[in-house]
Formats: sequence, structure tokens, C-alpha cells
Amino acid sequence: MFDYTFQWKQAFNRLPQMLDGAVVTMEIAILSMVLGILLAILLTVFRLSGSRPLMAFATTWVEIARNTPALFQIYMAHFGVASFGIHFSPFVSILIGITFNNAGYLTENFRGALKAIPDTQGRAGRSLGLTQLQSFRYIILPQMLRISFLPMTNQMVWAILMTSLGVTVGMNSDLYGVTQDLNALTFRTFELFALAAVIFYLITKTITLGGRLIAARLFRY
Amino acid sequence: MIEIQNVRKSFGDLEVLKGIDLTVQKGEVVTVIGGSGSGKSTLLTCINGLEPIDSGRITIDGTEVHAKSTNLNKLRRKVGIVFQQWNAFPHLTVLENVTLAPRKVLGMAKAEAEAIAEKQLRHVGLGDKLTTYPSRLSGGQQQRMAIARALAMSPDYMLFDEVTSALDPQLVGEVLETLKMLAEEGMTMICVTHEMGFARDVSNRVAFFHQGIMAEIGAPDQLFNDPQHPETQKFLANVR
Amino acid sequence: MFDTALTANDLVFLAKGAGITILVTAISVVIGTLLGILFGVIRVQLGPVLAAPLTFFLDIFRSVPLLIQLVLGNAFVGMVLQLQISGFTVACIVLSLYTSAYCAEIVRGGIDAVPEITRRAARSLGLTWGQDMRYIVLPLATRVALPSWIGLALGVMKDSALVYVVQVTELLKSTQILITRLQEPLFLLLICGAFYFVISFPLARFGGYLEKRWSND
Repeated sequence: MFDYTFQWKQAFNRLPQMLDGAVVTMEIAILSMVLGILLAILLTVFRLSGSRPLMAFATTWVEIARNTPALFQIYMAHFGVASFGIHFSPFVSILIGITFNNAGYLTENFRGALKAIPDTQGRAGRSLGLTQLQSFRYIILPQMLRISFLPMTNQMVWAILMTSLGVTVGMNSDLYGVTQDLNALTFRTFELFALAAVIFYLITKTITLGGRLIAARLFRY
Repeated sequence: MIEIQNVRKSFGDLEVLKGIDLTVQKGEVVTVIGGSGSGKSTLLTCINGLEPIDSGRITIDGTEVHAKSTNLNKLRRKVGIVFQQWNAFPHLTVLENVTLAPRKVLGMAKAEAEAIAEKQLRHVGLGDKLTTYPSRLSGGQQQRMAIARALAMSPDYMLFDEVTSALDPQLVGEVLETLKMLAEEGMTMICVTHEMGFARDVSNRVAFFHQGIMAEIGAPDQLFNDPQHPETQKFLANVR
Repeated sequence: MFDTALTANDLVFLAKGAGITILVTAISVVIGTLLGILFGVIRVQLGPVLAAPLTFFLDIFRSVPLLIQLVLGNAFVGMVLQLQISGFTVACIVLSLYTSAYCAEIVRGGIDAVPEITRRAARSLGLTWGQDMRYIVLPLATRVALPSWIGLALGVMKDSALVYVVQVTELLKSTQILITRLQEPLFLLLICGAFYFVISFPLARFGGYLEKRWSND
């Protein structure tokens, strides 16, 4: 039944190139998370602002991010904007796409976290003379980010997995892109992608376990 | 001086304050007693502008609290409030809880704010808890921290909203002692409380609230020993 | 509003793609859910130590990009086993396993949410393991699990956009083919996105509603 001879050595010879790709994958994921968190904070402020247009803007963002495929969002960032004569490089497109997705999901996580913070916290801040924005910045936000920490590590894992979609808009320097190019050279599809899978597995496990370790420290108070 | 004139306030169909008049002089301690739902806690949150009022006016040293032109954040620096639920900021240490407002609202330097906070925390007996997180404190300690947090803004007036009601009975004493100390130091205070002994010992005047109306106000001796209003008599008979 | 070269034939082409998306999703969610319940119950019954190999196996599907799972599945079937199996079948197999991995987590969470004391009460009344599962655990666990399961099913629908990699022309791939031909990316993408949104949004809201209602009990 098994006529196929595995040639793992061929794949292992390419490990350095694939690890370079893994670094690019990490870069995209980390950048998209940092930007995503900042945007999610902004969208959360919009949601709390009481201004109808701002609230509608935030809600629209969140619902599109959560109710369409990530690949669709990346296509929009690459092919969609081309209709306006805007042409992003594959790196920028994938970054925008994943950031958009991250921000949407994180905003929803933040909403859940806010529910866990009693109203009286903001009230206590206000009664000390803090402005509404100061109250959010110094009292609500730090608690919100801590409560959302584990969901954020989950989103980071998603961001890592989503980087593989970059290949659809011509990205070839990330882990998936590198693997696909090597495959075109050597045709050792199974070996190469299995090795890529192992690297992805190790990266995501490191994030998950690292996140739990850090969370145990963060929640000391 | 805090002047409250004919203040009315409703939540939906429920009128919780039905025309309250009360003047509190500098250095005076006024306690407010009454059954639950009598509107006494609502009055406090109206005084520092956390709740809007429907009619009447409240002025603090001549500034009208609910006027549109009033900068509430500025006004609140003058008026400290401590709630029944102690509202410690769980992500900050005891010292950081107390320095937050002086630094961010008054723009104090860190060292200066910490010196003031340390002084206030020592004052309420928490000098050895500076780097502790609130979750490690008892309810009584958290409540004293909340008092120090309000005092660190050097307020001219302090409002206390049933600050011992959520505490375990054995922790009530330490918080009342702290309030007593403040009163003796001449702080102007309005205390909503269920602690009749405290009201009798500490206050210059005691007000009895009943269903949104201030039924009676007078010196503690008079109000406790010779209540005039039938509802006051009924209330005191029940709490004794 | 749009001056488009889109013809009725193209719309039929898109509709076919949407049909494939729904078909792949439906098959994978049904098989994946059945497998997921099985895996989830096995994990709870065996306990964390004995179930470790199964846990590890399922974890792979949640830690490796779906795109790679599909490529590997295809290569394994085609190159290693040298079987003549359609891309559609490969897509359904991989997506089913993918679904089962997430579903097992949901099932486990649901069972864990049933208090031990409730189960002991049931068993002390003389209910068998099966009766306890059927009458006590399942109804209670379903309440916890159903909103998450709706989220999972919608997630699988969105993730099914990746099966293009095993030559299955689902909705997004159909859209892309038309984009290449008609050069109207925004218009076509909006149609495609609207399709996903119209299915996903109401169901996601319904899931949120269930979660809210049941968590208030």
C-alpha cells in the first residue's frame, strides 16, 4: 500500500529557510496584534462614547470582522481596495486584513471584560475628580486588559494561523509562503508541509503556554 | 457651606427626594438616619453631582453643583465621598490607589503624592500596607483605604454613604473610629448611617429621613431622647 | 449604481459556489459534531492522563493553519496512499476532523459545567451512567454548549473558504475567478461578503441571545 518513500532529509535541509519564514510570520502576527489591540481600545471607547455615529462605526467593524471569512477580509484589503486605485504590497494587505480581524474580535472580548468590572469602579474614579476619559484610562482600561489577557493570547494564536492566508495575495516570505515556494522546487509536498505544521504547532503552543504562565503572574492581585 | 434648597429627585415614577432643605456649616458633622428607601443615600450622590436633580438647587461654597457652567471634576476635589461598597481599584496597590487622583487630577509629582498618601494611610492605620493589593485587605481595611483615598485630595467636605453597612460586624468599629477621629479634627462631614451610637456620639445635628422627606432634624440629645415627629418615634423605637 | 459586466450566468456560477460552501459546511459540521461529541465524552470518561494521546491529536487541528491541514490531507491521500479521492471528499474529511477538535472542547466544557453534586444526586437515585447522561448531563450541558456550537458552525462556514486549496470551487473561489475575468473586485467581493454576512449575522445574534437568556437563569 505504501509505495511512497518519505524523504524527510530533503525537508530538513530547507529548515533554515523555513525558520526565516517563521520569523516573518511572527512579525506579521505581533504587529497585527499590537495594532489590533490599539484599534480595539479605540473601538471600545467609540462604543462607550454615547455618540451614535461612533457606536455604529464600531458595531459595523465588529460585525463584519466576525461574520465574514478572514480570507474575505484579506481579499478586500488587497483586491477590494484596488477598485479605488489603491495597491498595497502583499505584506501590507495581509497586515491590514489580520489587523482588521483582530480588532473586531478583540473589541468583542473587551466588551465581555467590561461587564466583569463593576459600574462602581468608574463611579469611584469620577467621585475622586477624574474625568470620564481619565477614569477609563487609569481604572477601567488596565482591568479590562488584564481580564482579556487569555482571550488576547487566543487571538494571537489565530493571528499566527491567519498569516498562512498571505499566500493568496502573493506573500512568499512568511512560513507558509516559503514552504509553498520550496514545494514548487522539490515537490516533497507532504514532508515540507508536515515540517511547517510542526513549526506552527510549536509556535502556537509556546504562545498558549507562555500566555498561561504570564496570566498566572498578572492575576496575582 | 453646603446649602440644599428644595431638592427634588425621581427615578422614573418613584420620587425619592421630595423637596429637601438642609444647610451644613463648615466644621459641622451632620448624620442622616432613616429607613431604607428614604432617599438619604441619593442625597449624597446628588451633592457631589454624580446624580442630576429634577428641581431645587445645591450649592457648595456658593458654587451651584448642577449648573451647566460648573466644572464638576473641579468641584469634586472639594468634596470627598466614600461609598458603602468600598470600590478599591483592584489592579493598584494601596499606595497607588491613594496617589492616583492627586497625581492625575491635581497634577502632583509622584514623590509629593506618595508623601501625602503615606501620611493619610498612616492616619487611618494602614501605614504598613502600602505595597499590598486591596484583595489582601479585610473589608474594614479597604474601607479605611477608601477614606484615605478621598482625604488625599484634601477635600473641604466629606460625604459618607453607609460606609459600615457592608462590613462584617467585627470590622465596623475600626471604621467608625476613623470617622470619629476625622470629626474631632474638625472635618465637615455628612454621614448617612445606621449606627445610632455613632450618630449620637459624633454629630452636631442628626437628620431623620422618611420617604423622601426630612421629617426632623435636631441636636442628637433632642432627636434621640425627645423625637417630635411620629415617624421618628416609630423608627427609633424599632432600632432600639 | 454599479455599471457591471456581471451576467445572469455569472450569478448562477456564484450561486453554485455558495451551494458548495453550504454543502461542505453542512457535511463537516454534522460529521464533526458527532465525532466531537464522541471525542469529548471519551476525554471526560478517561480523565486527563489516559486521554492525553487523544487530546494531543485533537490539539493539532487547533494549532496548525487549516490551509496546511488541507494540503497535508490532500498530499497524504493522493501521494502517500495514492488513492483517487476528489478534492471535495478530502475537504470534507479534513474540515470534519477540524470541527470535531473544536467541538470536543465545547462538549467537554459543557459536561464540566454540570456540577458533580448534581450527577452524584442522579446516580444516588439509582440512575445508570447512560440514564444520568441522557436525562441529567445532556440537557444541562446542551444549554452551556449550544451557543458555542452555533459559533463553531459559523466558524466552519467561514473557514470553508480555504478549501479552494484542494481544488474545490466554493463561493470565495468562484468570486475570485469572476474577479480575474471581469476586473470588478470590489463589487464582486461585496456580493460574496454579503452572502456570508446574511447567513452568519442572524445566527450569531441568535446564539448570543441564547447565551444571554440561559446565563440569566
